[in-house]
Amino acid sequence: MSLHDQDDPALRCAQEERLRAVWAAPKGIFLKWTDCNNDAVGAWYVLTGFVFMLFAGVLGLLMRTQLAVPENDLIGPATFNQLFTLHGSMMMFLFAVPMFEAVSIILLPQLLGARDLPFPRLSAFGYWSFLLGGVFVGGSILFNAAPDGGWFMYPPLTTRTDLSGIGADIWMLGLSFIEVSSIAAAVELIVGVLKCRPPGMRLNLMPLYAWYILVVAVMILFAFPPLIAGDVLFEMERLLNWPFFDATRGGDPLLWQHLFWIFGHPEVYIVFLPSIALFAMLVPTFARRHLLGYPWIVLAAVGTAFLSFGLWVHHMFTTGLPKISLGFFSAASEAVAIPTAVQIFVFIATLWAGRVNWSTPLLYATGSLGVFVIGGLTGVMVAVVPFDWQAHDTYFVVAHLHYVLIGGTLLPLFAGLYYYWPLITGKKLSDRLGRLAFWILFAGVNLCFFPMHLSGLMGMPRRVFTYPEELGLGDLNMASTAGAFLFAAGVAVICLDMCLSPRRPLANRNPWNAGTLEWLAHPQDEHWGIRSIPLIESRYPIWDQPDFMRKVDEGRYFLPDAEEGRRETIVTSVIDARPLAVIRLGTPAWVPMLTAFVLGSVFILTTYHLYGLALIGSVLTLACVVWWLWTGTAEIPEKPSKPIGHGLELPLYISGRSAPGWWAMFITMMADATAFSGLVFGYYFFWTRHETFPPMALADGPGWFWPMVALLAGGVSWLLTLAARSANSRGATGAMALLLTGAMLAALGSGVAGLAGPWLSGLNPEAHSYPAIVWTLTLWTVAHAGLAVIMQAYVLARGLAGRMTARHDADIRNVTLFMHFFVLSVVVTYATIGLFPEVS
Amino acid sequence: MSDPAPRKWQHRLHITLWVLIVPPTAWAAHFLFSYLWAAISCAKTGHFATMPWIFIGGTVLALAVIALAGWVAWHQSRTPGDPPPHKESTRIDRLRFLATATLLLAALSTVGVIFTALPVVFLRECT
Repeated sequence: MSLHDQDDPALRCAQEERLRAVWAAPKGIFLKWTDCNNDAVGAWYVLTGFVFMLFAGVLGLLMRTQLAVPENDLIGPATFNQLFTLHGSMMMFLFAVPMFEAVSIILLPQLLGARDLPFPRLSAFGYWSFLLGGVFVGGSILFNAAPDGGWFMYPPLTTRTDLSGIGADIWMLGLSFIEVSSIAAAVELIVGVLKCRPPGMRLNLMPLYAWYILVVAVMILFAFPPLIAGDVLFEMERLLNWPFFDATRGGDPLLWQHLFWIFGHPEVYIVFLPSIALFAMLVPTFARRHLLGYPWIVLAAVGTAFLSFGLWVHHMFTTGLPKISLGFFSAASEAVAIPTAVQIFVFIATLWAGRVNWSTPLLYATGSLGVFVIGGLTGVMVAVVPFDWQAHDTYFVVAHLHYVLIGGTLLPLFAGLYYYWPLITGKKLSDRLGRLAFWILFAGVNLCFFPMHLSGLMGMPRRVFTYPEELGLGDLNMASTAGAFLFAAGVAVICLDMCLSPRRPLANRNPWNAGTLEWLAHPQDEHWGIRSIPLIESRYPIWDQPDFMRKVDEGRYFLPDAEEGRRETIVTSVIDARPLAVIRLGTPAWVPMLTAFVLGSVFILTTYHLYGLALIGSVLTLACVVWWLWTGTAEIPEKPSKPIGHGLELPLYISGRSAPGWWAMFITMMADATAFSGLVFGYYFFWTRHETFPPMALADGPGWFWPMVALLAGGVSWLLTLAARSANSRGATGAMALLLTGAMLAALGSGVAGLAGPWLSGLNPEAHSYPAIVWTLTLWTVAHAGLAVIMQAYVLARGLAGRMTARHDADIRNVTLFMHFFVLSVVVTYATIGLFPEVS
Repeated sequence: MSDPAPRKWQHRLHITLWVLIVPPTAWAAHFLFSYLWAAISCAKTGHFATMPWIFIGGTVLALAVIALAGWVAWHQSRTPGDPPPHKESTRIDRLRFLATATLLLAALSTVGVIFTALPVVFLRECT
């Protein structure tokens, strides 16, 4: 197809009809929930996160009401404990993180000129997991069963079943389930940014939002898995009495604190950076110029991401760790102020250099920066160890964290709401109501949280349900309560503004005159994402590339049609965005929702100790996943390639390193390996905690023989899989089948030998933390051996069914990648449990 | 989108996203090393050496890696071409952008490593 063809209006009309039909949302009261297009799933996701935020906000108001006057008896201590635990947990896990994912699912394909993200069904799966887990955790307070140990759930208070009820299990298992959906979103977003950019959008032209999303999604990969590892240990202790955190049996509660805060501190930046990313989009629009210092923003995002992993102990300054360790973390905590400040100065400089249009979104953006900077400055204060010793666990910290999170996450999201509302609904929100709400919010947040600095310094501890009158904190607390209600009134005005939106007229297309791709969207909703996928030559193509919108709309760029009636988008190379292939995207289906629900049932049933039913749920989950993969992935196309316009012909099937599926496997396994390293950290942590290792009173552990057998068998399974891959690429299906069968047997053998070590030496995991951690490492690796067998069997079946051929080999390539990680965990586990006791 | 072939060796280096994270990774490795060194010394012996040669060696190594990455990035960022901002869709602009970002990260990582090393200068005891 040449440019010339697109001059024909009839052809364009026919193309639009085909695209519209292909991307049409499923209709019907039930069927519409099978949708997986990013505009639908993203909108549900945002709305659900927003409702959870309102719910958690009401919990906050209840707390402030109780604390308004001294010795109040409105709410008892048990309920109060549930309120602050759930308020924190919901705001972090059910609002801040999912909201970033939700907004990104809506915006990212638009920003990248892609029709959709590479795995739309995975987004839908993530959403349904989030909804189910969120309702489960949030709803628990209605049954007086909510977690009550603080959002960080410190043991031993929370691991002792006589001190904490079912709430602790609900927190652990419910939120673990949501962490699964976060990691799913991270996979989707990373692959989206790296592989689905439009042709020509090299790394130096990527919208800064995409840079931030890439960085944050990578942070999720390294931050969430240690918490999952912690959750595993935690539930083993609660459900099976394995004493990881019980000091009387060689455990250590500090291990939980380490694992929690390795997650918990990067988490703060995981929720902060995406909000700053919204600024990076709206500041240039309203300064009416390119953003100054593009590489500086990249420096700031990447630098903050790295440094944020060196801060976790600053939540543990008062736990008695060696002072030298505290010194390291204090230093890193001060260093992170540098990249954070760089971003703020870049925005100020851009506004200074531009011709500023003081719109409502910009008002929110600048206001939130002011609030955030106050929180940042108190952060520099509490990063100083001696100061923290004084302020720890007081309302000073409450003030600090709310300034950071409201200034760094909530208000920027409101800025984004006012900025992007026309993109989602086609209508603008009211400037009058928006500005009114802003000033109410701004006054409210300062009235609520500024006095807490003072009450904290005067000695008011956190997490108390009341306080005596003699402390003289009544006035400050009353002010805070008044501020909280003022803030809530501001949120109510915003809600009102949104409710009035349907009555307002449609806005113009690109109402803010922005320069970036997402504003190509039509006010009248079109589900196809983008009419044709453009060639990008600038960071602000709408501003800089002549006739850009018209050319996109007239289908003069790439992939303007859907001749085969399939949902498609272009895959490009990571660095330079050279077009590599056209991929077929997932279509609406029940399977993502179903998989989410059966997986959710496993977590929920385990909470109530219904292990038999949970086992059935696990089997159903496996069945759903196999069904999903078998019917929906690595499909062999009806022809090897197709033209996308301008004389370009792209393949319809790719495998290996250039394929999105390979990247998704790689990223998932990075998360898996990170969780595993959390468990290994646990083993060596116990080594530093005990004078002699393994602890003298116990047997020497699993010995070296069986672990070495397991290691060897795991290695053989890996090698045989590699050989099967090359047999497949030679077209030798018989040899491949034989090699894969051998690989399965070897993996099976590795699992059995792995279990034999601790089993035959009679290690009792309930006796002491050492046998417990040995068993945990073993079980983790054996479970992966089981996964390896399932994957190898799947690949074998694909090969025999003719769904995988010498050229169409994505399945076996991805499984080989899994096996690389598997062999790594086999070596680390068995060398650790088998050989380390010999040398230590 | 056709570019002239790069002339100097540092411009021909195979550039990937991984290069960008060399300096902060050196910081992270040094940080982890410092933490483990202190934690294990304190847990196992109750003190750390008065002249911590291992620690000094690790710090110098980390700074050297960062300096090397910064040096390569410095030369790459000076590839001849149009003045900044590097916002054209060309290979040279992409190279210079990545180089500038790497250079900035090298500077930040240097500060980070020095910050991390400072407590060892001032503190002498575990408790």
